[in-house]
Amino acid sequence: MALPANFTISALITLTPIEVNMESTPRTPPRKSATFDDATLAEIRRAASTGIYDIRGAGAKRKLPHFDDLLFLGASISRYPLEGYREKCGTDVILGSRFAKKPIHLQIPITIAGMSFGSLSANAKEALGRGASAAGTSTTTGDGGMTPEERGQSKHLVYQYLPSRYGMNPDDLRKADAIEVVIGQGAKPGGGGMLLGQKISDRVAAMRCLPKGIDQRSACRHPDWTGPDDLEIKIAELREITNWEKPIYVKIGGARPYYDVALAVKAGADVVVVDGMQGGTAATQEVFIEHVGQPTLACIRPAVRALQELNMHRKVQLIVSGGIRNGADVAKALALGADAVAIGTAALVALGDNDPHYEAEYNALGTTAGAYDDWHEGRDPAGITTQDPVLAARLDPVKAGRRLYNYLKVLTLEAQTIARANGKSHVHNLEPEDLCALTIEAAAMAQVPLAGTDWIPGKMRF
Amino acid sequence: MNELDQTKVGVRGINSTLQTLLANTNEKHWVVKNPKGQHNIAVGLSAPLQVDIKGHVGFYCGGMNQNSEITIHGHAGVGTAENMMSGLVWVKGNSSESAGATGNGGLLVIDGDASSRCGISMKGIDIVVGGSVGHMSAFMGQRGNLIVCGDAGDALGDSIYEARLYVKGKVASLGADCIEKEMRAEHIADLERLLKAAGRTEKPSEFKRYGSARKLYNFSVDHADAY
Repeated sequence: MALPANFTISALITLTPIEVNMESTPRTPPRKSATFDDATLAEIRRAASTGIYDIRGAGAKRKLPHFDDLLFLGASISRYPLEGYREKCGTDVILGSRFAKKPIHLQIPITIAGMSFGSLSANAKEALGRGASAAGTSTTTGDGGMTPEERGQSKHLVYQYLPSRYGMNPDDLRKADAIEVVIGQGAKPGGGGMLLGQKISDRVAAMRCLPKGIDQRSACRHPDWTGPDDLEIKIAELREITNWEKPIYVKIGGARPYYDVALAVKAGADVVVVDGMQGGTAATQEVFIEHVGQPTLACIRPAVRALQELNMHRKVQLIVSGGIRNGADVAKALALGADAVAIGTAALVALGDNDPHYEAEYNALGTTAGAYDDWHEGRDPAGITTQDPVLAARLDPVKAGRRLYNYLKVLTLEAQTIARANGKSHVHNLEPEDLCALTIEAAAMAQVPLAGTDWIPGKMRF
Repeated sequence: MNELDQTKVGVRGINSTLQTLLANTNEKHWVVKNPKGQHNIAVGLSAPLQVDIKGHVGFYCGGMNQNSEITIHGHAGVGTAENMMSGLVWVKGNSSESAGATGNGGLLVIDGDASSRCGISMKGIDIVVGGSVGHMSAFMGQRGNLIVCGDAGDALGDSIYEARLYVKGKVASLGADCIEKEMRAEHIADLERLLKAAGRTEKPSEFKRYGSARKLYNFSVDHADAY
């Protein structure tokens, strides 16, 4: 039946007027903005109050696609496993076999990343040297020169060659076991170092030729070379000064890993270190840490591809760093094509950084164990990121070195366990085909199939 | 006198010969022939030698020098005497960018002009330039003296720490936190000593001194625009 032309709904419905009763009205809970969340609001208030950007230590804290988004497949019928405890699974790695007369031979594929005396106490540097040497691996100096404590306790010491050239001299260069030309780091690709006045003690100031107590900003560019062609000459100079003995590493932040790795190889690097945005720093702007650079997971395959295309994979070794925490992370980085990994933040935690033992003191600093990142202020209760002699004395370098040794051993055992389960007699035999990804993002970045599919985003259409 | 011909022994041959000489060697005087603009000639020397390089050199000649007295009878490329610790590097011609970069000690003399970033991040080296220097010279200079008998380019002494700069001619502009400063007796004494060592005839009274205002030594929001 057709409706009449003058039909209206209101002609059919009679609404009862609402009686407003505040007590019986359902209340909505207070709703905070996802955009303007508590942390954002707090930062706006902090910025408005101080007028200067927030400075902190450590790496990116935001949630990122990471190694946890990958799984190993293990072995069954199509792949044959190795016996977990009896069959050999090698872990050694040779770094610097391309040009250096004296390559470094490490027992484990886990090195200690560059951290300066200045940002760390002398005791902390000594502890790193003790733990790493006992585990058969290397430590790395930082922006501030080589200390006798570190050289004395490190069997394999990598000497960083940084834009600031603080403490740089040919005698220490020749004492090093390898030289790492630092172009950038994952926490701040494109940024230089920063050490605020609280940590410029007499000794730190003398090593850096600076006045005591000033806020020290390291240069972000090297002072005497600008592009890859110049870098090639610079690397040749370092080789000439050290009789072509030392492996020369080139360290880059996770900016454009494909091009930067290719250029580092072209410039004559023996080893390339690629540091993703989860890699820590002693101090820089929060906005820099969280918004510049790529996650570690996104950096590995482009770096490996650059090496493979130049026929240099395994000839120029690749060290990956930024957020390595356990043996699974080590194994995954190696499976994606790295020759070794480097750890910084995890090594500090092994020494005792952010330990709940000091919770009351962290609270007094307005933070809590696990969140303390104001390393630039030099008030570290654990005595690691400080130059205060009283705090620094809390860290026993022998005991802390033992903790680092234990931790490095666990990382190695875990990586071996995974390698054997995937049928590998050396951790370097792990390969991308041993992996799948839990998320599309991780599948795209790591270029391994999404779990349960044979789909690699970016490689083939779904 | 001993000779090393670059076209015969190469840069490696020159350096390996000069680097392995002991401090008490009797073979103190060396002449490098036919450098032909090669890079990294006479780097990392540690014995008190006298090295005469007869011609032009490329990058980093005399790099990280300790104790040796190296004379370049020609022009020099980028980073001459970079990170020098002690001794003397003397360029008879002009020198390219970043001459004396990060040098910790010793004396670098450039008879002609130097380019940009001369004395960048200098840490105690003394540099005397007979001609002019380019922009950003003594950038982040920490310690030592830079003497310029000609003019200085833009942004002289940008973000300077405690290095002392002396310019006889015009300064195109001063960099962040760099100001003209008073000339005291100690500065005149330094100038006299270094001008004499560099064989210059200029008088200290003809120079003006520049150095750090020390206003950027600690972070302050009120100085944010200065960076």
